[in-house]
Order: sequence, then C-alpha cells, then structure tokens
Amino acid sequence: MTAYILRRLLQMIPVVIGITLIVFVLVRISGDPVVLMLPEDAEQWQVEALREALGLDRPIPTQYVMYLRDLLRGDFGTSLRYTNQAALPIVLERLPATLQLTLAALVVAVVISFPLGIIAAVYRNRWPDVFSTSFAVLGQAMPNFWLGIMLILVFAVFLGWLPVSGRAGVASYVLPAITLGTALAALLTRLMRSSLLEVLNQDYVRTATAKGLQRRSVLLKHAVRNALLAYVTVLGLQVATLMAGAVVTEQVFAWPGIGLLAIQAINSRDMPIIQGVVVVAALIVMTANLAVDVLYALIDPRISYT
Amino acid sequence: MRAAWSFLRRLLSSPIAAFGAIVLVGFVVMALFAPQLAPFEPGAPNLRARLSPPAWAFGPEQYFLGTDHLGRDILSRLIYGSRIALLVGVAGVTLQALLGITLGTLAGYFGGRLDIAISRLIDTLISIPNTILYLTVLGVFGPSLVGLVLVIGFIGWTTFARVVRAETLSVRNREFVEAARALGQRTPMVLLRHVLPAIMAPIIVVATLNVATVIILEAALSFLGFGVQPPTVTWGRMLADGRNYVATAWWLATFPGLTITLLCLSLIFLGDRLRDVLDPRLRGR
Repeated sequence: MTAYILRRLLQMIPVVIGITLIVFVLVRISGDPVVLMLPEDAEQWQVEALREALGLDRPIPTQYVMYLRDLLRGDFGTSLRYTNQAALPIVLERLPATLQLTLAALVVAVVISFPLGIIAAVYRNRWPDVFSTSFAVLGQAMPNFWLGIMLILVFAVFLGWLPVSGRAGVASYVLPAITLGTALAALLTRLMRSSLLEVLNQDYVRTATAKGLQRRSVLLKHAVRNALLAYVTVLGLQVATLMAGAVVTEQVFAWPGIGLLAIQAINSRDMPIIQGVVVVAALIVMTANLAVDVLYALIDPRISYT
Repeated sequence: MRAAWSFLRRLLSSPIAAFGAIVLVGFVVMALFAPQLAPFEPGAPNLRARLSPPAWAFGPEQYFLGTDHLGRDILSRLIYGSRIALLVGVAGVTLQALLGITLGTLAGYFGGRLDIAISRLIDTLISIPNTILYLTVLGVFGPSLVGLVLVIGFIGWTTFARVVRAETLSVRNREFVEAARALGQRTPMVLLRHVLPAIMAPIIVVATLNVATVIILEAALSFLGFGVQPPTVTWGRMLADGRNYVATAWWLATFPGLTITLLCLSLIFLGDRLRDVLDPRLRGR
C-alpha cells in the first residue's frame, strides 16, 4: 500500500510540472511584468536594472527553473491589486470559503443521489425510477448558475426564507450548496442506478436471496456495497468539476471564495493571484484523486497494489 | 442509403429521442432564420418599455416574453442567441474531436512513451478546474468568438482522448487490425481505415453529449463576462443581466435558462439513444 501511494505521488510530479509550465507560459504571454511594475516615465536604464534584478534577462529555461524555485518556497509573487501583499496568503485566506462550499455541495449530492439511485434501481421502470431518472437528466441539462438564480428567485426573493447572497451563517450555505451539488447529484443518481442494476443480476446477490436473507439486508449488505466502487471513484474524479462549478456559483451568490477572487484577478490581470489560484486548486484536485485511489483499495479487498 | 434510413428509424423509434431530434432541428432552424423569425432587432432598445413583463403576464402585447433592462425584446434575443450557442457548441466540439481522436488513437495504438506523455498531458489538463483554466486563458488573450472556440477545443479534448485511447487499446490487437498490418498496409492507413471506423460509435456518443456540455460552458463563460462580447447576443450574458434584476424582473433570467436547458435536454436525449442504438454494451448507463 505504501509503495502504491509512493508510486502515485511520483506520477504526480510530471503533472505538477505540467501545471506550472502552463501557468508560466500564460504569465509570460500576459505581458511584461516590468512594464506593469514601473511608472510609465521610467528611464531605459531603470527598466534594464529591474529586468536584471528579476532575472528576466536570462534564458527562458533558466527563468522557468527560477520560477519553480520561487513556487516551491511558496513565493507566488506580490499581488498587483492588493498592493505589496504576497499572493499565496491572499489565496489561502479565501480557500476555506470555497472548500466549505464544495464540501456542502458534496453532501447535497450524496444525500440526494444515494437514496434516489437505489430507489430507481429497485423500482426499475416504475414511477420512482421515472422520477429519479427525470431528475438525473434535468440536473445534467440545466446550467448550475441558472438553477442558482432560480433558487434565489423562489427562496430569497418570493419566499424570503434564505439570504440572496453572501456568506454569513448556516442559512447562507443552503442555496449555493444546492446550486453546486445538483449536477453532481444527477450524475451520481444515474451511476448508482446503473451500477446497482448490474450488481443485482450477479450470482452472489441471487445466492444471498436464495439463502433466505431479508431483502433489505441483501440490498444494503451485498448489492449496494459492491455498487459503491464506481460511485466513490466518480465522486473523487468530480472534485475538479465541483471546483470548476464553484467559480460560477461563487459569482452568482457573491460567495467570497477563490473562484470570485480568480475572476477579480483575471479582470485586473493580477497574475500572481491567478497563478496562486490555479496551483492551489490543482493541488486540491490531485490530493482528492489520490485519496479516492487509496479509499478504493480499502473498500475493495480484491484490488492489491503491490 | 437504406442502412442510413434504417439507422435513423431505429434512432427515432424512441419517443424521447424523436422529441430531442425535433427540438434540435427547431433550434437549428431558429439559428439559421433568426432575422426572419425574430419579431424585433435583438439590440434595439425601447426605453419606454424597459423591464416589461411578458405579454401573458400583463405586459405589453408585442413582447411575448417581456423586455430587458434596456427595453430589448427577450424573445428576439433568445432567437439570436441560439446562433452563438450552436456555433460555439459545434465548432468547439469539432476541434475537441479532431485533437482528442488524433491524440487518443496515437496513445492507444502505439503505447509506450507516447502514451505516457499524452496521458500525463491529459492528467495535467483535468487537474486544473476547467473554468479557472478557461477564464485565465481567455483573460490573457482577450475574449472573442474565435478565441473561445480555440480555447474550448485546445483544453476540452481530454474526454475524447480518454475514450478513444481506451477503445483503440481494445481493438489494436484484434484480428482485422492485425490482418491489415499483415497485408502490409501502412500505419496511417491502418488507423484511418480499420481502427477509426471500429471505434466510431463511442466517438459519436461523446460528441453529441459534449455539444451540450460546451453549450453550458459557453453560457457560463459569457455569464462571467468572458464569452463573445456585446452587441452579439449570448444566452449567458442575458443570464448575467437577469441575475442583476432577479429581485424586480423574474423573466429576464428565467427564459434564457429554460432555453439552454431545453436545447441541452434534446442533445442528451439524442446522445443517450445513440448510445443505446450504436453501443448495446452501454445500454442503460
């Protein structure tokens, strides 16, 4: 197991290098940092001096290595918008809001999809199945940010039960979490239904029923447990999708997370902040995927990672 | 020809798929004949009729779905908005398919270092939450129609590549491929004539479903202000306006969202049915 985790960590290295390369190239394309940092009437020698001080006169590969070294030290540069503040702490300060939103959405997705998927498979082709399948298709077809606006319209504007936007108190989590979690709930409902249907036809489930076990026990102990594999895998792979959706959801609800920060940074071309958001978000996604692989091994004793 | 007919009949024998096809054709007609169909100029303001409710909700009778904050007819804007949605959807997915199929077949067929390199590239691209990557790239290059399609193509090809790679792996050692190799056919010919046709079914399914994904993505990017810029009408921009007036004028945001949902539903219905017809192994998934 330890060897497996180590190998997975080694596999992550090229991916991290790839991500930093993408960010490095984008930062370089976005404009000359020296021009942004100096006043417009700066003398030529001042420009040259700053360029030399920042290492921008060296060959590009050298610059990339210097850049990687800075990133490893946690130095993402100083934000242009928040004058002279280091970029990474600004990103990390906003991170909990996004993580909480993502987690809440994950909970919404699981709470909806788990029972709905099971019910759909058990009552195949009857009305509970039709209902949950319709939900699954609709959840996939709806843009999540539109769902968010509609939820605001109904629950905040018409009914006045929940706040329109912002992050203050438990009530403020409800609408953003539903907004972000519904598409995933739809996907997982479909998945739970199909993998459970597959499992229900297997011999060991028939054997368990033939043994005279209660239906509920067959379903939960034998069938659902085996259907969980695909469910957990997809759940983990969808963390990237959730974080991507969080960007839009945060905009709808003025949620003060890294998504909103990223949009503001992109609008003001604040590259240090942008690279902070990209690298931090990617690291979270990779960690989640690794965690799922480990979890996978724990759930399924058939898989050995040697 | 007869095969095409029988395929189409099988495809549309499901009422849901037939519904999807009709809706989709409707949207294509709407996009093609927008100037003839739209009752008003999509950008023409009418300041005396700002934020009018739909005609059937006690609004002025000439505006069936009401007007926006500048008094522009929402129905006309929805009709014109279908142009960008379908254009970006189809062009973006075409580019995704070209890149994804090429890289996916290469990775699956040749394996080895090429496969590792392509797979790591895919891992890299899917590790960055896609909206952040799209926004950053569009922010750097500036938003435009061509830029949007290029960005969607060059970042979003990974789904195609992953599916195509897996399918290629499963057919590359099958008898018909080995036979072609044994007959001395050159590799590009083997790939184009034998491998690609054998894995066409999942590609078509992914393409159909990806058009829906890209349409939603385009709407999201426009919503955030990074899509095709005004005066071109986009559904996402209409939704952004609608968000601002959600407390006073519900119809601004409601109809563009319903329109996107309807179009995507039709694509998903068709995609699911295509999967059932083309690839019986995946039925019910």
